Amino acid sequence: MSNIEKGQVMTANRLRDGDVVFLTRSGEWALAIDNAVLAQEPQAVAALEARAKADEKANLVTGSYLFDAERVNGKIKASHIRERIRAQGPTVRMDLGKQAEGTAGAFAAVEA
Amino acid sequence: MYRYDEFDLDFVRQRTAQFRDQAERRIKGELTEDEFRPLRLMNGLYLQLHAYMLRVAIPYGTLSSRQMRRLAYIADKWDRGYGHFTTRQNIQYNWIKLEDTADILEALAEVEMHGIQTSGNCIRNVTTDHWAGAAADEIADPRPIGELLRQWSSLHPEFSFLPRKFKIAVTGAPNDRAAVKVHDIGLRLHKNDKGEAGWEVLVGGGQGRTPMIAVTVREFLPERELIPYLEAIMRVYNLYGRRDNKYKARIKILVHEIGAEKFRSEVEAEYARHPAQSTEVDERELARIAKYFAAPKFEKLSRFAPHFEDARLKDKEFARWAKNNLGLHAVDGYAIVNISLKPEGGIPGDATGEQMRVMADLAERYSHDELRVSHAQNIVLPHVKLEDIPSIYEELKKHNLAAANYGLLGDIIACPGLDYCALATARAIPIAQALSRKFADLDTQEKYGPIKLNISGCINACGHHHVGHIGILGLDKKGEEYYQITLGGSSSEKASIGTILGPGFAGNEVPDAIETILNTYVKLRQPGEEFLAAYRRVGPQPFKDALYAAA
Repeated sequence: MSNIEKGQVMTANRLRDGDVVFLTRSGEWALAIDNAVLAQEPQAVAALEARAKADEKANLVTGSYLFDAERVNGKIKASHIRERIRAQGPTVRMDLGKQAEGTAGAFAAVEA
Repeated sequence: MYRYDEFDLDFVRQRTAQFRDQAERRIKGELTEDEFRPLRLMNGLYLQLHAYMLRVAIPYGTLSSRQMRRLAYIADKWDRGYGHFTTRQNIQYNWIKLEDTADILEALAEVEMHGIQTSGNCIRNVTTDHWAGAAADEIADPRPIGELLRQWSSLHPEFSFLPRKFKIAVTGAPNDRAAVKVHDIGLRLHKNDKGEAGWEVLVGGGQGRTPMIAVTVREFLPERELIPYLEAIMRVYNLYGRRDNKYKARIKILVHEIGAEKFRSEVEAEYARHPAQSTEVDERELARIAKYFAAPKFEKLSRFAPHFEDARLKDKEFARWAKNNLGLHAVDGYAIVNISLKPEGGIPGDATGEQMRVMADLAERYSHDELRVSHAQNIVLPHVKLEDIPSIYEELKKHNLAAANYGLLGDIIACPGLDYCALATARAIPIAQALSRKFADLDTQEKYGPIKLNISGCINACGHHHVGHIGILGLDKKGEEYYQITLGGSSSEKASIGTILGPGFAGNEVPDAIETILNTYVKLRQPGEEFLAAYRRVGPQPFKDALYAAA
C-alpha cells in the first residue's frame, strides 16, 4: 500500500541561470524536486514563504511560489502537469533539462 | 538587404553596454527583480518554465547568411544546440543564462541584431511577407516600408509605453502572406484606377483572447503620408486605449468598442491637426532605404531549365518536393525555395545549429546571400535559379530539411506550449507531432490539399489557431489538458476567425477527431474544392454532426 501525504512545495528560478529549484528542509535550493520539503502545516508553509522571500531579497532566486503536491512513498508528485514538466524538462525533448541531467524527479510529467 | 548605418550601430552597442551593466547590477542585488524585469524584457529576455528565454528580432524576417551563422553559433555556444523560429518571424532560445546574456547580445550586435522590440508595450518588430522582393504576384517589395517603420518606431519616446503591445504587418502583394488583417495595424499595397500604388491602412485586427479582423481606416494612402498617418492612429490609441484592464487594452478593443466610423473620424481629426506634417517620408530617405533592398542582379534565364526538368523526371521524391515547396518567382528561371521545418514527428520551427549553418551556406551559394523566416515557422531561400534546385534539394535531404509538406497538413504551426512557455495552459508540440506522424504519408496529405492547421497552447494564440483552417487550442480543465477545435479561420486577404465546433477533446483523441473532420470534408467536397472553400460553403454543421454523432 502506498503512503500518500498532501502538502505544498516552494519553487523558484535561480537568478543567475534561471534553473528551476525547490526549497529543501534545510533551507537550501535543490535542483531535484524529490529533495524538496513538503509543507503540510500552516506554520511550515509560512516558514517556506519567509525563506523564499529572504532568498529573493538576497538575490539567490526569483519568482518564488508554492504549488500543490503529494509525497508518494517518499517521492514528490506535483499535482499539476506544469510543475511536473518544470521538475523534469520538456516532454518533447527527453535529452534536455533535468531528465537529461540526473536531477529529475521520480514522477514523470505525463503517464506513459 | 538593409545594412545598419552608424546611428543604428551606435545605438545597438549602447543598448548592449547598458544591458551588461543592468544585468551585473541585478546579480549583485543593486536592482530588484521588479526594477530589472522591464529592462530585460526591453531586450527580449523572458523568464520561462525551465530557464531564461531570449527572443531575437529578425526585422521583416530577413537574414543574411552571416546572420544565420551567428544564430547557429549562439545556439551552440550558449544554448542547447538549437533555436525555435517563431510565428512572428523571430527566433527564440530556450536555455539562456542571465549571466551569459550580455555576451550574447554583443555577439548579435556584431551582426546588426538584437532583442529590442520583441517584448513590452511598444511597437514590436515589424513583420511582412516572407516572399517579399521575390514573389511573382508582388506590386512592390514591402520591406523598405518595414524598415522605415522600424527606424521610426525604435525607442520612439511617445510610443514606448502604449496601453499594450502593438504589432504592424506589411504586404506588397494581393495574396496576403503577412496576415495583415489580424494585426494592430496592417498595411496593404494596392493600385488605384489610375494605376498608382498606395496603401490600404487596416486597424484593430488581432488574435489572442479576443480575435478580430481589422477594419479599413484609409482605403488609399500615398506612401509619403504613412508615418504621419500612423502617428495619428497611435495618438488616438495612446489617448483612448484602455489602461485599466490588460485584456481590453489592445487597439482592437478600442476600435470595436467605439466603432469603426468613430475611430476613423478620431484618426482623421488627429491627422488634420498634425503639426506641419514634419514626419512625412522624405522621398530621398525612402529611396536611400529602398536601395538596400534593391533586387539582386538576376541573370536572363529561360523559363525552361533542362537540368531541373531532368531531375524532376528521374526522381519522383524530388518532383513532389519541387511541386509542393517551390514558390513562383517574379523572374524567369528562378524560384522561391521553401524549406519546411516540419519533418515527420518534428517540433515545428526548431532548427539545430548545424541545420542553420547548412541553410546559411545554401543561401550564400545559391540565393544571393538571403534567407527569410516565415510566420509559419519555415525558412525561405528567396532567389534561387531553377538549375541549382536539384543540388539544393540533395543538401537539404542530408540534413533532414527536405520535408515535402509545405502548405499541406504536415506544415503545422505550433507555439512552444506548456513544454517551454510559462503562460501556456496545455502542450502544443506533442499534438503537432502526433498529427504529423498520423498524416505522415504525403499521398494522404496531397489528397486533403492545402490546409493550414495551427495549434496554440493557450488563449494568447501565438500558434495562430484562430486563423487556422483547422485550429487547435490547448486549455486546462481542472489540471487536465484538453483541446478545442475551430474550423474556418484564415489569415489571408479573405481573413476570418475560426468557429469553435463544440466540446473539447483529450490530447490523445485529437488526431482521430482531425481525421473525422478531414474525411467529412473529402466526402462533401466538390471537384477541386479546397478545405477552406468547402467549409465556407457548408458551414460547421456537417463537421459537428460527424464529430459528435456518437455523443
